[in-house]
Amino acid sequence: MAQIFPPGSNSIARAILIGVPLGALAVSAGMYALWQSPWMTRAWSPLPQPVPFSHKHHSGQLGIDCRYCHTAVETSASAGVPPTETCMTCHSQLYTDQKLLAPVRESLARNRPIQWTRVHDLPDFVYFNHSIHVNKGIGCVACHGQTNEMHLTWQTQTLHMRWCLECHRHPENHVAPRENVFDVDWKPLKETRGAGPARRLVRDYLIKPASHLTDCATCHR
Amino acid sequence: MNPPTWRSLEELARSPEYARWSQQEFAPGAAELPEGPSRRDFLKLMGASIALAGATACTRQPEEKIVPYVRQPEEALPGVPQFYATAMTLGGYATGLLVESNEGRPTKIEGNPDHPFSLGATNAFHQAAILDLYDPDRSQAVRRAGEVSSWGACLADVIPALAEQAGKGGAGLRVLTETVTSPTLSAQLDALLAKYPQAHVHRCEPVSRANVHEGARLAFGQPLEPDYDLTKARVIVALDSDFLFAHPASLRHSRQLAAARQGKNGTRLYVAEPTPTVTGSIADHRLPAGMRDIAALLVGGNPWMDKALEDLRANPGAGLVIAGDDQPPAVHAAVHALNAGLGNLGRTVVCRAPAERPAEGLAELAVAMGAGAVELLIILGANPVYHAPADVPFARALHQVERVVQLAPYYDETALHCRWHLPQAHFLETWQDARAIDGTVTIGQPLIEPLYGGKSPVELLAALLDDPAAASGYALHRAYWQTQRPGEGFEKFWRRSVHDGIVADSALPVVPVTVTPPSPLAPEQKGAGLEIVFRPDPSVGDGSFANNGWLQELPKPVTKLTWDNAALLSPALAAQLGVRNEDVVELAFAGRAVHAPVWILPGQARESVTLHLGYGRTAVGRVGNGQGVNAQALRPSAGSGGGLQVRKIAGAHWPLATTQRHHNLEGRDLYRHAGEPAEPPPPADQTLYPDNHPNRGYAWGMAIDLASCTGCNACVIACQAENNIPIVGKGQVIREREMHWLRVDSYFQGDLDDPAIGHQPVPCMHCENAPCEIVCPVEATLHSPEGLNEQIYNRCIGTRYCSNNCPYKVRRFNFLQWADNDTLSFKLGRNPDVTVRSRGVMEKCTYCVQRINSAKITSEKEDRTVRDGEVVTACQQVCPTEAIVFGDINDPASRVSRLKRQSRNYGMLAELNTRPRTTYLARTGNPNPSLA
Repeated sequence: MAQIFPPGSNSIARAILIGVPLGALAVSAGMYALWQSPWMTRAWSPLPQPVPFSHKHHSGQLGIDCRYCHTAVETSASAGVPPTETCMTCHSQLYTDQKLLAPVRESLARNRPIQWTRVHDLPDFVYFNHSIHVNKGIGCVACHGQTNEMHLTWQTQTLHMRWCLECHRHPENHVAPRENVFDVDWKPLKETRGAGPARRLVRDYLIKPASHLTDCATCHR
Repeated sequence: MNPPTWRSLEELARSPEYARWSQQEFAPGAAELPEGPSRRDFLKLMGASIALAGATACTRQPEEKIVPYVRQPEEALPGVPQFYATAMTLGGYATGLLVESNEGRPTKIEGNPDHPFSLGATNAFHQAAILDLYDPDRSQAVRRAGEVSSWGACLADVIPALAEQAGKGGAGLRVLTETVTSPTLSAQLDALLAKYPQAHVHRCEPVSRANVHEGARLAFGQPLEPDYDLTKARVIVALDSDFLFAHPASLRHSRQLAAARQGKNGTRLYVAEPTPTVTGSIADHRLPAGMRDIAALLVGGNPWMDKALEDLRANPGAGLVIAGDDQPPAVHAAVHALNAGLGNLGRTVVCRAPAERPAEGLAELAVAMGAGAVELLIILGANPVYHAPADVPFARALHQVERVVQLAPYYDETALHCRWHLPQAHFLETWQDARAIDGTVTIGQPLIEPLYGGKSPVELLAALLDDPAAASGYALHRAYWQTQRPGEGFEKFWRRSVHDGIVADSALPVVPVTVTPPSPLAPEQKGAGLEIVFRPDPSVGDGSFANNGWLQELPKPVTKLTWDNAALLSPALAAQLGVRNEDVVELAFAGRAVHAPVWILPGQARESVTLHLGYGRTAVGRVGNGQGVNAQALRPSAGSGGGLQVRKIAGAHWPLATTQRHHNLEGRDLYRHAGEPAEPPPPADQTLYPDNHPNRGYAWGMAIDLASCTGCNACVIACQAENNIPIVGKGQVIREREMHWLRVDSYFQGDLDDPAIGHQPVPCMHCENAPCEIVCPVEATLHSPEGLNEQIYNRCIGTRYCSNNCPYKVRRFNFLQWADNDTLSFKLGRNPDVTVRSRGVMEKCTYCVQRINSAKITSEKEDRTVRDGEVVTACQQVCPTEAIVFGDINDPASRVSRLKRQSRNYGMLAELNTRPRTTYLARTGNPNPSLA
């Protein structure tokens, strides 16, 4: 009886035995890389807006405080995107004929809100609250990055749950003194990061232990 | 040995069908697909596409827009809800409300604690009204003979007709309203009658207080509204009166009675009634008595009534007799005389002028219309074609009228016969004012612009009578009140009244009365056959709420029927007729007949058949059309009465969706009375569950007092509104797929004809040793450090193991896509703080975790702990009797801790050592030892 498998079959079998797990691994790695990629997370890419508003100009160069526009950040879940009127407090006097600002003027004249593109978009089953973070010493920069250096705004973090949990497990790595929360240049010092002074802040601000902060219902409900 | 407790007749009879039913976790067919391929086929099909399913997780989130204000109102803060005071009327009488608004969208209704007839509580109707606001089936257009038209065209047609009427003093003009307590509308109607002296104002109110007022006229010589003070009563005898539910002051009564019963004297409640109601179910002594037997009870000779009277006499000035709204005036007069004789008049009951505007009836209007004397009829909010008594041929008479203008919330049965139909605005869309039953006025403010261009009766009348370019509702009400409070202080008065939700000191004065002895009662002779009792439905009222899915699917108190009304029969009568549940009978009464399904109700008076109003609607909307039996087709002007014939329709079957058998107790001791011997729970360490739930910080818990719970269902709808809970429809309720996170179980105990009835609200128990948690393969349900049993929707893959392992049957599975994500208006009404669940996900009571988180965030921002009473769950907030208390059980001073230390406190199925955080206070009462 003739042999069913020629001698080469052994090599094919070996190749399959090694290749299939390797292939599966490669696909998994590829999927993981895709999931982490800025294309998926939208991190690091500035998003087009109806008015090319520059945080770098307003916050960085002019030094306008975050709360001048984001008025609800200390009291509400939502930081609040400013009404057209807020823009017009200055722009009814400055750059009144600037073409870039036409949509703003039109918005006020026609009583039609400006539709901004959301940059930081958490999934709908996540209930984030700005006010509690700000009140517990988590600065704007901790999540939003150096907006004072961005023309068009982009996301500097993946907004993956892993990233949220990293801070909820170790708030001492990110907590700032309350007076520095809106200081866009404040950085946790290398030597104090996670060490004594930061731990004291966690204690003074009555920040809950990780067991409570990582409880599902803290964010999901 | 305690008498056995049972929930349904099948359970009591231990029938084999029941045994099979009760042993299944899910109802037959519950796990099947609605139609098409079987479950097995479905799995085969899905096998091929399973690989693709994984890839769906790899999509990017869709781009979202942020739309800020152009001009932000000073007080508006995005993300922080605001509350506005307003009022809702039921049968014309107002209850003060506080309505939550999220960025201009009303999302939740609460009671106004400052309003004397809310005291912070609401009932199921108030709670469900928010769904009516967003109902896409509400009338959305002006119609002329069915064709879409415009307000302008309507005014252009009607105003010349009115001018013509002015020439003849309004001889051909009639206005038909619902019960009017609005001072502004009343003043407008007065102005109309002054301008058109020959015109008439009629009223259409299927469930009116006419008998109450007429009874007072017999007793006191003038129509009056009795106002009860239950706090001073030690003995209350309710004669066919559901004063804790179907009464304009029911919320206040409930709060007062619950407080009085918890007090030292423990108020004793006697109830005689034909059909078990909310009031009857918390009575210390309940007597099933026909409606017509009440007069006989008052005449004397009944041993039950004699004991009650003895008790009343022993407590002079601290007793109270209440007659039901549907009882004939002579009974009311006799009750007034009885109260006066017992010294109760002026102490537990005082009288005030009725808050409603007197008006002529519907029958007179029909006669005038039939005679061709009416040329222009203006209908304000009423639906007379549906609500007219069966012996008033209203629809036919309507065709004799040249011009009929109807303002109504739905394009309803009446609208089909009118030349003009105009959409009426919802009470949250318009300015209004209305009186509570004691006359207290609320000036109600709107929370949103009319979604469908509706107008209020006040706005319509102003447009027709004064000025076609009529002023806004705001201006009209303000102008009226300016005439009432002229002078400098008006602005302050107006702002304070609108803000507070009550006009200070607007209650009508107490009228001093003396009783003229009424003529003796002539009770109907026994043996006059069966009687039929018409009552407003406990879920859909008189039919105004027929298109409200929350209320349609709300299991009614005691019967637990949903989506239908039924002929409620006593077990004895059913046996005599040879009918079973879901058989069909013909009810013949006063020359008319309807077919209705049978529901056998333990505790129903032997010879009374109850048929609830509000069903059998044909033109209300997609939800309400064709549900149930139209009782109005049988109900004559004289209302309920004797002479009913019941005949079984052989072979006919009418499936009824009742939840009575769902989530059943299988003979376990779940509903307890205080003092009954019970198995003590096992020691806490006798468990196989890992004890890894340290309770640091807060430990949330709940106590529910069964002695206070009346089973009024307000909590069920409050939970539904707060937590975005969908409805599933009648067919799905039959398959046991209803989604209520909080259910109210009704228990019967003892004699089939005269059982004791009790209600038990069952939310999630939040077990410390939760059986659901250990079986979840994906950790979608787990324990929080504060003791909450959490359900994480985004992790849930729908194995339903947790539900299978839950001994309390409180978990609900989205077998299909129940949440309507396509209808735009429903999106506006959802609570933005709670996830809208999708198909394939398990859900359950969260103890309103969104409210807990909100209170925790508020307190943590102030560097303090949450105070007792700061977290109020939705069910707790609405409860008229304050039967539900929630709080931190680690705080020994909290209200919930103090309740849990009472000896009445017990955990449901505590013998399983689940250590439930929700516990119950066993039912107590104050029975009369000589009747026990």
